[in-house]
Amino acid sequence: MSDTQTGLRDWLLTDTPRSRLQARLSALYHGWLSFRSNSLAMFGLSILVVLLLAAALAPLIAPHDPFTQDLANRLKPLGAEGHLLGTDSLGRDILSRLIYGSRITLYIVTLVALIAPLAGLLVGTIAGYAGGWVDVVLMRITDIFLAFPRLVLALAFVAALGAGIENAVLAISLTAWPPYARIARAETLTIRNSDFISAVRLQGAGPIRIITKHIWPLCISSLIVRVTLDMAGIILAAAGLGFLVLGAQPPSPEWGAMISEGRRFILDHWWVATMPGLAIFTVSLAFNLLGDGLRDVLDPKDTK
Amino acid sequence: MTELLDVKNLWVRFPTRKGVFDAVRGVSFKLGRERLGIVGESGSGKSMTGRAILRLIRAPGEVEADYIKLDGEDLLTKSEAEMRKIRGDRISMVMQDPKFSLNPVMTIGEQLMEAYRLHAKGGKAEARKRALEMLEAVSIRDPERVMRAYPHEVSGGMGQRIMIAMMQIPDPDLLIADEPTSALDVSVQGQVLEIMDKLVRDRGMGLIFISHDLNLVSQFCDRVLIMYAGRVVETCDADKLHKAKHPYTRGLLNSLPRFDAPQKRLEVLQRDPAWAEAASVGPDT
Amino acid sequence: MSALSFQGLNVWFGEGRDHVDAVKNATFKVARGESFGLVGESGSGKSTIMRALTGLAPHWSGQMSVNGRPVGHRRDKTFYKTVQMVFQDPYASLHPRQSVDQTLSETLHLHGFRDIEPRIEKLLEDVGLGPSFRFRYPHQLSGGQRQRVAIARALAPEPSILLLDEPTSALDVSVQAEILNLLTDLRAEHDLTFLMVSHDLAVVAHMCERIAVMQAGDIVEVMSVEDMRAMQPSHPYTAQLLEASLGYSRSGAAG
Repeated sequence: MSDTQTGLRDWLLTDTPRSRLQARLSALYHGWLSFRSNSLAMFGLSILVVLLLAAALAPLIAPHDPFTQDLANRLKPLGAEGHLLGTDSLGRDILSRLIYGSRITLYIVTLVALIAPLAGLLVGTIAGYAGGWVDVVLMRITDIFLAFPRLVLALAFVAALGAGIENAVLAISLTAWPPYARIARAETLTIRNSDFISAVRLQGAGPIRIITKHIWPLCISSLIVRVTLDMAGIILAAAGLGFLVLGAQPPSPEWGAMISEGRRFILDHWWVATMPGLAIFTVSLAFNLLGDGLRDVLDPKDTK
Repeated sequence: MTELLDVKNLWVRFPTRKGVFDAVRGVSFKLGRERLGIVGESGSGKSMTGRAILRLIRAPGEVEADYIKLDGEDLLTKSEAEMRKIRGDRISMVMQDPKFSLNPVMTIGEQLMEAYRLHAKGGKAEARKRALEMLEAVSIRDPERVMRAYPHEVSGGMGQRIMIAMMQIPDPDLLIADEPTSALDVSVQGQVLEIMDKLVRDRGMGLIFISHDLNLVSQFCDRVLIMYAGRVVETCDADKLHKAKHPYTRGLLNSLPRFDAPQKRLEVLQRDPAWAEAASVGPDT
Repeated sequence: MSALSFQGLNVWFGEGRDHVDAVKNATFKVARGESFGLVGESGSGKSTIMRALTGLAPHWSGQMSVNGRPVGHRRDKTFYKTVQMVFQDPYASLHPRQSVDQTLSETLHLHGFRDIEPRIEKLLEDVGLGPSFRFRYPHQLSGGQRQRVAIARALAPEPSILLLDEPTSALDVSVQAEILNLLTDLRAEHDLTFLMVSHDLAVVAHMCERIAVMQAGDIVEVMSVEDMRAMQPSHPYTAQLLEASLGYSRSGAAG
């Protein structure tokens, strides 16, 4: 057993890969090894794995239905029988609501993480590679979006499009992409004059191929790092919209909306607002730690 | 002859995923007030040797030696604070690219004056006077203008001369120059070498000249150490480098294209694993 | 008919106040099968001539032609099938996230080859790298191996003219010897024409039959390698350059 293990390890750590598959896996394994040596990042990753599991297995692990009201048992404190984290003003189990709420959080995070960086990558790399008036126009549009405070602009969008999770996601994405465009453009500017881009231009490659096949792979890693670090802000923005009753609508167990509901009892029944607050805090922190770890692994500037 | 620098059994180690990598392996040498060349290919440990003397190897790298004595004092027993003082006052280092060694947001005059005032308690006027003198000493024709310039406004050769001027301010006993002329054109290269040459002769300074260029080292230095895979394979007088005996040195010399006569093919160095295994050559006493 | 011909070539960078003339009125021809060297100090414009020819320096005037066909400001696929370039720094000229295999197969694909597999193997063999190097990433290669990959990439479209921009200045001397030998062999095997830039006169003398000496954008002299070896320049700048390249003489330091 241990023989095959060391064999596999050597196979992965080789400097002389024999096939495409081995080369890919080896690169991944090297990244994993340097990620693993960062214990805080591993801590962040494990929190997120727990969150993922909670979201996937919500019906199995949640002790109660998140929507069932039980007015006889309203505002039970922490550790009450059958309700580990107590109940809210309508007698719903807070733990179950948190577990189901993780699905909404993940949903928002995934959608924003897909839309905003991709839009930013597209705008930034095109502006950076094309230069000239294309660059000027695209970057001025970016500047306009950057000039608005995120939550205020998101509020305006939600007000225009109507309340709801999908619109909240759209609003957050629309306000989140400009920084990514900036990063992607800055990276493109340094990459586009490098010899390896000149070399592929001398093979007759056109701008679309150069941007998608040669520039994107180098920009994506720093965007991933940035997205992970921004994730906390995105979760907070979503929660903020939920808190202002402009995002997820009751009775949805979205964490921000839960805080908003608990706000009325904050002095006498502190846990109703605090528990979802702690959940937001933990997940945001986990994303930040993960982002720091990923930066060490992915950022091409630090690896030589 | 009293040795300025005496290094015995120097090792530099870096831990890696595949075990410990020895960048420098048991190097010993002595240096008087002379020009000592260290030549070798990239990865031979020549730069690491220079940095190890100044204890500039960053963690997780480790420096180990029986001793590194500067005028009889062992540098390995010094505290980090004492080391900083030695790096400022007694040993200076010039790197390959002056752009990375100068502060980009300060004028050259400010940097020179600051360097002077760190070492000598002098007034501003005195510092300015000394800075101008230093620039003149490294053959800069209009020092007033250069004092006002920022590092990006001067050429590579000028930048390297400014670095040497700055290194001279504390009047060090030893200058370690790591490929100081590799980034320069041949004509400028000559000027920079001349300045270093003059400093060794006039001030009795010791010089460690680290380079990959065998011809240059044989022309410029007094003595040469040839390094391969972290160890010294041969040491000889610089003007006798072309009669060197070690097959590695011979191989390097033969692989150079010759200017005076055409060759059909260049000789290719055949590496012998035994070169890397054998022990370092000690000081030629 | 010459492989390469430059007639009154001017190249400049920047506009208005930042305008810099990098090459001024350069005129020379490179015969088919010849190896031609450009020497000079940094900033003399020697690399800029190559970059203008390949379209990497877009601002130029004058005439350039390849195998008798004039080169315009837009270049087509046949141009890049004829003229290829090897860059100075093998650490910068390979995409850091692409394996040797990806680099070569993309190049072959772009030039419209269909039999990519056997060609990759042949190219690697041509530049002295075995098939075991095929799936490595640049960080798993030494400087010399990287330069071999860059040469393989340049050879992929089967060009007849190879532009060499200081191909060995970033390498150790023993590796330089290997790469120069490889280039000599490839030139003989594939009937290549070389245009080579270098600051090292010994390297240029070893590789080239004729040499143009450049100073501040001007070609001051075109000389044969025999004249250069015999130290018989006709221009004072060439004399100065030859003198300096002989190395450092301590007598010169007496002043």
